[in-house]
Amino acid sequence: MLINLFYVIILIAVVVALTVVFLYNSLIRLTNQAKNAWSNIDVQLRRRHDLIPNLVETVKGYAKHEREVFEQVTKARANAMQAQGIAAQSQAENLLTRALGQLRVVAEAYPDLKASQNFLALQEELASTENKIAFARQFYNDSAMRLNTKLQSFPTNIIAQLFGFQPLEYFQIEDANARNAPSTNFG
Amino acid sequence: MWEQIRLNKRRSVYLVAAMALLLTALGFVIGEASEPGAGPIGVAIAVGVWLIMTLIAYFQGGNILMAVSGARRIKKEDNPVLFNVVEEMVIASGMSRVPDIYIIDSPALNAFATGRDPEHAAVAVTAGLLTQLNRDQLQGVIAHEISHVVHRDILFMTLLSVMLGSIVMISEVFLRGLFYGRRIRRSRSSSRGEGQAQLVMLILALVLAILAPLLAQIIYFAASRRREYLADAGAAVLTRYPEGLASALEVLAANAYVPLETANRATAPLFIVNPLQASGLSLGLFSTHPPTEERIKILRSMAGGVTSMPSYLSAWARSNPAVKPQYTNGTPLFNAAQTRAPSPQMSPSATVASAVPLASPRNPAREAFDTVRKAYNYKFIDCSCGLKIKIPPNYNRPTVTCPRCKSVYKV
Repeated sequence: MLINLFYVIILIAVVVALTVVFLYNSLIRLTNQAKNAWSNIDVQLRRRHDLIPNLVETVKGYAKHEREVFEQVTKARANAMQAQGIAAQSQAENLLTRALGQLRVVAEAYPDLKASQNFLALQEELASTENKIAFARQFYNDSAMRLNTKLQSFPTNIIAQLFGFQPLEYFQIEDANARNAPSTNFG
Repeated sequence: MWEQIRLNKRRSVYLVAAMALLLTALGFVIGEASEPGAGPIGVAIAVGVWLIMTLIAYFQGGNILMAVSGARRIKKEDNPVLFNVVEEMVIASGMSRVPDIYIIDSPALNAFATGRDPEHAAVAVTAGLLTQLNRDQLQGVIAHEISHVVHRDILFMTLLSVMLGSIVMISEVFLRGLFYGRRIRRSRSSSRGEGQAQLVMLILALVLAILAPLLAQIIYFAASRRREYLADAGAAVLTRYPEGLASALEVLAANAYVPLETANRATAPLFIVNPLQASGLSLGLFSTHPPTEERIKILRSMAGGVTSMPSYLSAWARSNPAVKPQYTNGTPLFNAAQTRAPSPQMSPSATVASAVPLASPRNPAREAFDTVRKAYNYKFIDCSCGLKIKIPPNYNRPTVTCPRCKSVYKV
């Protein structure tokens, strides 16, 4: 009798331990997925920074007199590359997006430029990179939401408290129009 | 979304189990019919055939499919836009690897994906698709294909199609052997009972050999249709822009008459729209895809709202009510506004706008809502255009304009 009870207790202990391991691992997986998603955003942002000098040079070839816009874009790009912290970074990126918008407006006025293969290819790359930034952010938010839901729901919330898992912040867009900007088509 | 995928996985297991049962039953009955007591050998042969085919499909399926479809692999320089669109969807879905990208040189408009898991995936689109769709539409199509990959639909459909293939093959061999050869040996002992048992088995085997391929096809195509809906929903979640896929499907439907020569009945379920439509091979139970208009309708009805799995499902439920939707001039009678019961606090303009287009007196749901409205002191005006304008009690302007034909009525 006593031995049977002993076995039952051991069995329960094993089941509980396995559940804890499983839940802990699922939390680790979700956290890593979200972190990976966050670093993906950075990869795409860097790609955008790399594309800009090329674009500026191409536009310069056709529109030499628009110096002001070029300087604006170059400065915004430098600021965005140096920005530290999420808030400062997203603000700098927004400014860069706006500066690029102006560059596009300038390009509109030069039909030769608009027809140039090089410019079109760069334009597509840049637009796609901006899409990728948006989609990377979207996936980060999805991942963060999945993690946060897990952290709040039973029984994972107990494990989360036990091991000190922190909920992740969502990526917010201040300007509702900012999200639509990348899909603009200049073809 | 993830719950849906999990639920779907469970259903998939049932479907695979049903297929497997059919396969073993076929093997057993044919074995018994050939020689009493040879049932297990029949099962072994059936499973053996299936196993070999599965292994080939698992490791080489993608390459075989691409070869059969006449697809050629492209590099980024060949079509940067297509590559970018695929990369965007890969990022949106969190996949770890960009799938190989193929182009099928055909004027038909279609696309499909292969590969047993996201790490071994490949996407193929036709040249016609690239010329006819704009970037947003292409993105919708690619998102649909990437959803198939992420949901592991391809592995599942490959498994099922191989089972289907095995069942068809075994049935064919048996039936042909029956008609052209003398493979059926008389039972060695001449006792009556055993001879009769063999005869029964023979009849059973005949019936099963004829029916099993049909049944297997019904299971296969049912699974395929379900997965098309889910991939549509997945695409909407990935792009957050259901209209892209909806308008793409419209273009695809309009060009369905252009045949894709390299597609056949076995590969048809893999495509985004049925490639065999041009030859008129899709009806009801034997259709590999849900009707395209239906898919467009569901996507459109979620376009305004929140883009998520639940919203797709409710849109799907709206378009599949117990009362089948009736069509008049191609306009769906059921729409989003109608299924929401009005509350008396609603602002006047909102309720007037929710007046339902194309009044139909036979619609029980609408009648029920009208009864509720009457109870809340709503007034009704029958417009000359056939629209029944519903005016809430707190509407305080003297006139009302018909939202459809713009004629003005006194309240």
